[in-house]
Amino acid sequence: MAIRVNLITGRSIEQGVSMEAGKGKPAYTAACGIIELDPADFKKLGAFRNTNVRVTSEYGSVIVKAVEATQGPHPGVAYIPMGPWANMLVDPDTYSTGMPTFKGTPVEVEIAKDEPILNSLELVRKGCRGELA
Amino acid sequence: MTEYLIKNGFVFDPVLGIRGDATDIAIKDGKIVETDAVKNPKVIDATGKTVMAGGVDIHAHVAGPKVNIGRNFRPEDKLFNARPGRGIERMQGGFSVPTTIRTGYNYARMGYTTVMEAAMPPLYARHTHEEIRDTPIIDQGAFPVFGNNWFVLEYLKNHELENAAAYIAWLLRATKGYAVKVVNPGGTEAWGWGLNCENIHDPVPYFDITPAQIVKGLIEANEYLGLPHSMHIHANNLGNPGNYTTTLDTFKLSEGIRPRGRFGRQQVMHHTHVQFHSYGGDSWRNFESRADAIMDYVNAHDNITIDMGAVTLDETTTMTADGPFEHHLTELNHLKWANADVELETGSGVVPYIYSPSIKVCAIQWCMGLELALLAKDPMRVFMSTDHPNAGPFIRYPRIMKWLMSQEAREQQIETFKHKDKVIDATHIAGIDRELDLYEIAQMTRAGPAKALGLSEMYGGLAPGLTADVVVFAFNPNEPYAPDDIEKAFGDVEHLFKTGVHIINNHEIVSNGNKRTLWVNARVHENPQVMRDVREKFLRYYTVTLNNYEVRGHHYVPNPYVIEVDATQ
Amino acid sequence: MTKTVTDVICPFCGTLCDDLEVVISNDGKNLLEVYNACAIGAEKFLQSQAKDRLIRPRMRQEDGSWKEITYDEAIEYTARMLASAKKPLMYGWSSTNCEAQSIGSEIGEYVGAVMDNTATVCHGTSLIAVQDIGIPSCTLGEVKNRADRIVFWGCNPAHAHPRHMSRYSIFPRGFFTGKGHTGRKMIVVDPRVTDTARIADIHLQVEQGRDYELLDAIRVAFKGEQLPDVVAGIPKEKIYEVAETLKSGRFAIIFFGMGVTQSLGKNHNIDAAIAVTRDLNEYTKAAIMPMRGHYNVTGSGQVWGWQFGFPFAVDLSRGFARYNPGETTANDLLRRGEVDAVFIIASDPGAHFPFSSVKKIYDLPSVAIDPHETPTTEVCKVHVPVAFVGIEAGGCAYRMDNVPIETRKVVEAPEGMMTDEEFLRSVLARIKEIRGFKR
Repeated sequence: MAIRVNLITGRSIEQGVSMEAGKGKPAYTAACGIIELDPADFKKLGAFRNTNVRVTSEYGSVIVKAVEATQGPHPGVAYIPMGPWANMLVDPDTYSTGMPTFKGTPVEVEIAKDEPILNSLELVRKGCRGELA
Repeated sequence: MTEYLIKNGFVFDPVLGIRGDATDIAIKDGKIVETDAVKNPKVIDATGKTVMAGGVDIHAHVAGPKVNIGRNFRPEDKLFNARPGRGIERMQGGFSVPTTIRTGYNYARMGYTTVMEAAMPPLYARHTHEEIRDTPIIDQGAFPVFGNNWFVLEYLKNHELENAAAYIAWLLRATKGYAVKVVNPGGTEAWGWGLNCENIHDPVPYFDITPAQIVKGLIEANEYLGLPHSMHIHANNLGNPGNYTTTLDTFKLSEGIRPRGRFGRQQVMHHTHVQFHSYGGDSWRNFESRADAIMDYVNAHDNITIDMGAVTLDETTTMTADGPFEHHLTELNHLKWANADVELETGSGVVPYIYSPSIKVCAIQWCMGLELALLAKDPMRVFMSTDHPNAGPFIRYPRIMKWLMSQEAREQQIETFKHKDKVIDATHIAGIDRELDLYEIAQMTRAGPAKALGLSEMYGGLAPGLTADVVVFAFNPNEPYAPDDIEKAFGDVEHLFKTGVHIINNHEIVSNGNKRTLWVNARVHENPQVMRDVREKFLRYYTVTLNNYEVRGHHYVPNPYVIEVDATQ
Repeated sequence: MTKTVTDVICPFCGTLCDDLEVVISNDGKNLLEVYNACAIGAEKFLQSQAKDRLIRPRMRQEDGSWKEITYDEAIEYTARMLASAKKPLMYGWSSTNCEAQSIGSEIGEYVGAVMDNTATVCHGTSLIAVQDIGIPSCTLGEVKNRADRIVFWGCNPAHAHPRHMSRYSIFPRGFFTGKGHTGRKMIVVDPRVTDTARIADIHLQVEQGRDYELLDAIRVAFKGEQLPDVVAGIPKEKIYEVAETLKSGRFAIIFFGMGVTQSLGKNHNIDAAIAVTRDLNEYTKAAIMPMRGHYNVTGSGQVWGWQFGFPFAVDLSRGFARYNPGETTANDLLRRGEVDAVFIIASDPGAHFPFSSVKKIYDLPSVAIDPHETPTTEVCKVHVPVAFVGIEAGGCAYRMDNVPIETRKVVEAPEGMMTDEEFLRSVLARIKEIRGFKR
C-alpha cells in the first residue's frame, strides 16, 4: 500500500566516495538512487527490502530503490541522499532566501518493482527532454 | 622612468623644514631628486596649490579576517554608496568597511600613500596578505599581534628575553609581518574563557603573567631586535570610564627604556587610538575627558608616540582584537556581534556602532580625540587616526583636519550637540583656541608617522632620496578660505604620485599603481630551543601543520619590500 | 622509485585536513597512495588517476552526442557566450582556489554577471542569519584546546566531515583538554539516529523541521523559565538537562549543518541557534560554527567579501555590486528565467539543484568547468575538464573556520590540461578582445 512519509536529504559517506569516482557510475546510483525507510514504514508499504519504488511529491516523481534505514529508527521520516533523484522531489521555493526547501518534503511512496532506476546522467538528460515516465 | 617636475607649489615638509614656501619638487626613477637632476621632465604646474609628501597612516583596520567579517555581515554598509567601475577603476562599495579596491582608491584620493594594517592574527596571515594584494596603489604592511600569544606568554613569564625575541623574528618572517603589535595584553587570552584582564596587574588565567610583564617584555624584545617600529600597543581597559589610569600605568612601563636600532625612531612605545583610553569619571553619568592628564604625560616623555583614534560622529563598524570589549559593546548597544577567537594567538570582535551627536558620551568622545592633538606639544609624536573604522571611517581624515585647523568649525559642531552644556563641562575643548597649521598637519600625517615606523628613509617627506610619493592639493593656504574648503580640497587631491608613477591626474585615477608589501626580516642567532617549542606546539595544539603555516608564494606578496634587520650583534 | 609528499591539504570538504601524505612516482606524474585521508578524500586523490578521465573539452552536438574540441575552441565559446549575454549567471566556485575565484570576479565585473556560489544551497541561510544577528565563533584549535561541551545540530560529521571529530572536536587531547573525549560531553540534535548520534552522550531526536522551537526552548531553559511538557518531540526534562549541561561547561561549541539551514525556518533557524550561543555567553564561554561543505566555499565568500562586499548572490549586472537573496540567488534567477546564459565551475548544480532549475540550465547556453562527468556537464553545451586543485594545482583555500591554507600541487596534471586559473585568464582576455576592452 502506498505510504506517506516526510522526506529529508543529506550526505552519506557512500554518496561522497561514489561521486568522486564519477556520478555516471553504478556506485553512485547505488549510493544515491535509494530511499531509506524505517522498518515500520516498510511494513505499511508492504514491500520487500531493495524493491524499486516510485516516490512522488507535489513537485515531481522518481524511481529509486527502497532500502532499510541505516541510521534509524525514524518512523515517518524517509531519507534519500542528496543528488539528482532527491532533487526531482524537493520544493524549489526558496521563500526569498535563495535556499530551496531540501528537507521536509511530504512524499508518497508506492511499489514500482518493474520500473528501472536511471543513472544520474540519464535521469537529468531524460528529464530535460521530457522523456521521463 | 618618467621625470616629473612639480613646480611652484606651496610645500609643507617637516623633513626639509619648508613651511609653505613656493618650492619645486622633482621626481625621477621613482624617487625625489634635486631639481637640477631632471633633464626633460613633464611639468605639473602647482602654482597656488599645496604640496606635501604622501600621507602615512600608522594604524587602520583595512585588510584581514575581522575586516571581512565586517564587510560580509553588514550588507547595509554598501547601501546607496556603490560606485560603478569606469576606465581603469574597478567597481567600489562600502562606507565604513570599504572593499579593498575602494580602500586603495579612497586613500589615494586623500593623498595617502602608505597604510599599516593595524592587527594581523598570525594564523590568518594569508588572508591579510590577499586583501593587501587586492588593495591598489598604496604601500602596506601588517602588524602581527603578540600580546596574547602562548609562546610569548610562556617566554616572558620565564624572563626568557632572547627566546621571545627569536620567536618574534620567526613569526615576522612566517607571516610577512612588519611590527610587534599588542592588543589588550593578556585579556584576549583570558577571553578564551570569557574572562578579561582589566588592569596591568590582573594576571592571565593559567599562564599567570600580568599585562605589565607582557608589555615590558615585548618592549625589551623589540629593542633587543632593533626593529624599525616600536612596540605598538592598545592597552587594557579600553572604552571604560576611568580607564585613563590604566593608560598612564601602561605608558609608565616604557620609562627609562631608550630605542635601539638603525631606523631613526625615537620612541619605544607607540600607543594607538588613545581617545578610547583617556576616559575619566567612573560611570557613563560622570564620564569626562582626561585627555589633559594623558597629554601631560605624553608631552613630558619623548620616548612615546600616540595616534588619536578620533571620533567622527558617523555610523561605523567597530572591530578589534580586544574580544572582551566587543562583547561588552554589544551588551551596551544590542547590535549584532561577531567574535573570532584564534587558537594560541589572539581573538577579535566586530560590532556596528552609531556615534550620534545627540548622545552625550559620543560628543565627549569627539571632543577628546581632538583634544589629544590640540594639547600636543610635539606634533611629530602625535598622529592623526580614527582607528578606522572603530572611531570613524578613514575618509573623514580631511574633516578631522578641518576641525583641527579651525576653531570655528569645532564650535559649529559643538552647537549641534543635544547636551552641549554637559559636554562642555566634561571636556576641555571649548577653552582651546589653538588652530593647527598645515605644517603641523604634515608632521602629524606624514613625517611623524613615517619616522615612528622607522621608515623615514622612504616616506614622510620630500627630501631627495625619499620615495616619490607626492601630492598636490587644490588648496591655497594664502588665500581666504572657509573651513569646509579644507575638507573638500584634502579629500579630493588634484595630483598624486606614488613611487614616481602618476596615479591621480586632475582628480582622476589614471593608474592602479604597483603597490608594495613591506615586511621585516630580522636575523637572530640560531635558537634550537625556540624551534623545538614551535615544532612541539604545532604538533600538539595547532590545527595546521608547521609546514603549512608560513606565508609563502608570489600570489600572496607579489611585490615585497623587505626590510632587513641584523639582530645578531 | 617513489617519493612521499607530506602536509598535503585535502581538497574535499570544509574540514580542510592538512596532514595528508601522498606517495607519487619519482617523475611526479603518477599518484600512487594516500595516507591519513578519510574515505572520501582518499577517493578524490586516487580517482584523479582514473584511466577513463576526460582530458579535453567537448561540445554537445545536434544529435546529442559529444564531440571533442580544443581548449581554444572552448575558450572561444565561453567568451562569446559571456560577452553577448545580457545577464549571465556564473555559479559554483567552491571547489577551486582563491586565485581562480578572483579572476572569475574580474570576468563577472566585466560582463555584468550574477556571481553565486554553493552557499546558496548550503550555508547561504546561515550567512543571512549572521547578517541579522552576528556570530560568536572561533578557530577549530580553540575547540580542540578548550571545548568540553560539543553540540552537533542538524549535521552528521561521521558521514559529511569524517575526520572532524578526530582532528578537532571530540577526540583530540588539546592543551586544556588532556582527557580527550572522556573530558567532553557530546550532544547531537537530529531527526535520525545517525552514526554521529550513536556516539553522543545525549541525542535529541527532534521532530524534523521543528528545530526553531527547540532552540527557543533551550533559551527559555537557560533562564529556568517554564516550558511546555514536550517541545518539537523532546520532553522538557531533556531540554532542561541539555541547558544545564551546556551551562556547566567551560567552553561550549555548536556545530550546525543542513538540518537547520535547509529545513523550513531556514535562516531563522540559524538566527535562533546563534541567539542560543549569545545567551550561553552569559553563563560560560560559547561559540558556534557552520560546517561548511565544499573545501573552498568559504574562500569564495571571503574573496567576494573583500572585492564586492557580499559573500554570495552578488549581482554585478548594473555595473556595481548588489545583493538580495531571493532575487540575486541562482535558483531564484533560474526559476524566474532571469538569466540568459549559465557558466558553472567547481560545483555540480545538475545534481544538487532542484530539477526545475536544472531544466533551465539545459534550455540556456551553458558551459561547465569540471574534471568529472556530472549531471551538470550532462545538461551543458560545453564541458571543459580542468586540473584538480589541491592535487595538480596549488592555491589558497579557506577552512570552515575561515583559516586560509595553501593547497599543494602534488602531481602533474595529464598532458595538455589547463587549470581553472589558466582557462579563466584566457576567457577574460578573449572577452576583452571581443568587447574591445570596453566594459
